Amino acid sequence: MARKFDAGYYVSEGFRSIFTHGFMSFAAVCMIVACLIIMGSFTLLAVNLDSMLGDLEDENELAVYVDETYTEEQARAMSPKIKAVPNVASANFVTRQAALDQWRAGRENNELLADLPGEVLRDRFYVHIVDIEQIAQTKADLEALEGVGYVGAAIEVAEGFVLVRNIATGVALALVGMLLIISLFIIANTIKLATFYRREEIAIMKMCGATDGFIQWPFVVEGMLLGLTGAVVAFFAQWGLYQLVSKLVIQSNGLSLVTMASYESMVGTILPVFCGVGAAIGVGGSLLAIRKFLQV
Amino acid sequence: MIRLIDIYKEYDNGTKALKGVNVRIDDGEFVFLVGPSGSGKSTLIKLITAEIAPTEGRLMVNGYNLTNITPRQVPYMRRTLGIIFQDFRLIEKKTVHENLSFSMRAIGASNRELKRRIPYVLQLVGLEQKANRYPGELSGGEQQRVAIARALVNNPSMIIADEPTGNLDPQRSLEIMMLLERINELGTTVLVVTHEKNLVNRFDKRVVAIENGRIISDRTGGYYNGEKI
Repeated sequence: MARKFDAGYYVSEGFRSIFTHGFMSFAAVCMIVACLIIMGSFTLLAVNLDSMLGDLEDENELAVYVDETYTEEQARAMSPKIKAVPNVASANFVTRQAALDQWRAGRENNELLADLPGEVLRDRFYVHIVDIEQIAQTKADLEALEGVGYVGAAIEVAEGFVLVRNIATGVALALVGMLLIISLFIIANTIKLATFYRREEIAIMKMCGATDGFIQWPFVVEGMLLGLTGAVVAFFAQWGLYQLVSKLVIQSNGLSLVTMASYESMVGTILPVFCGVGAAIGVGGSLLAIRKFLQV
Repeated sequence: MIRLIDIYKEYDNGTKALKGVNVRIDDGEFVFLVGPSGSGKSTLIKLITAEIAPTEGRLMVNGYNLTNITPRQVPYMRRTLGIIFQDFRLIEKKTVHENLSFSMRAIGASNRELKRRIPYVLQLVGLEQKANRYPGELSGGEQQRVAIARALVNNPSMIIADEPTGNLDPQRSLEIMMLLERINELGTTVLVVTHEKNLVNRFDKRVVAIENGRIISDRTGGYYNGEKI
């Protein structure tokens, strides 16, 4: 008799099984949708938190004060050397007079400041850095440059941002990981219930001489189809939920302190990730569920 | 061919089910395996179908050495056997034809092979008119004939029937046994596990008697130990 990989048979059996055990299939899809939405919500929360922390980090800059004996021309000439320091993203030169003017802004009525000469402040560069975790090293590198008098950097604040971001990322990753494992077992148990009704069929196939692969393939197809269906449903449900939350955040956030990334900009990432995770937990759950029944 | 040489089987709980069993069943034979409950009959069948492994001894089934068979080889060994159960084990949601095609599909048969083989086997067991019926619509005897057809459909070299008449009345039991005898006459080895003395005595066949994990008699004619079974 023919011994071949009958893909058509496996796919048709997988489809047939979904509809034959309609209620269990519905339950499995619901579980996948719930698990993906919970995981997706935590991930989106982490992404937005990360984005907001990133914005705050961007506002964290170093002030590089030039030696007060340098002329403005000499100070301006330092720009290439400062930009060449590792981890420096940009450096904006501000003259001592411009700095004083900025400082005076809003203090026009203070007579004590009226006669202050420009020389009271120094020429300076406001430096943005690439990686905030390297701020201490960058500060040291800038201080080592000839002509730099002093570097002002809020290192403790920067380290605070890094700590918060690392904790948030760690917590999000741990939660998503835990949810993934929990989802796998929930799906495995749901599919195990469906498989339980078919243990007699499996036992008969085993007694007829069916290989484990032959028995498993329709279950793999079924798990994948359920996973993908759940993923697509979860993707759209997540979209609706995210839009709703975004709207509420914007309404209660008059000062726009909290910004949220748009779901549309993440569609290209979310849909493939949902499909991949959905298919993986569907197939993984099927294989976990059927393993026990194959030991005949 | 089945060959059991000094087979011992002890379960994890310490039960010694088989204690040095030696049996040889050649191709084309019809053999009854008889014995009371707990005598070791079921363990012997489980060993032959590779559901369990012997603790000691050598076991050969249709050219496969089950003493050191790999898990990958087990399905191929089972394809040489057709197994019939007391409770029929038919899939209720499938028709008679579907039950048979399901069994053939399990070993990778093509549609052409299904179309050729299933009508022949249904005719052999006298159920060609009931191919589209569901098991629930059939009598017990008819259901067991479907089970026999399913065991035969993959053209095994040996049929193992585990208490095939346990759920049937005497007349249906006789019919089933006569059907198995006919299948044997067509060249298939048949091993029937039973404890129905009257039925065994109606057929002049080889009878292997097992008791307390040991073979206590192996002779033709329905007798063992000098007494009628």
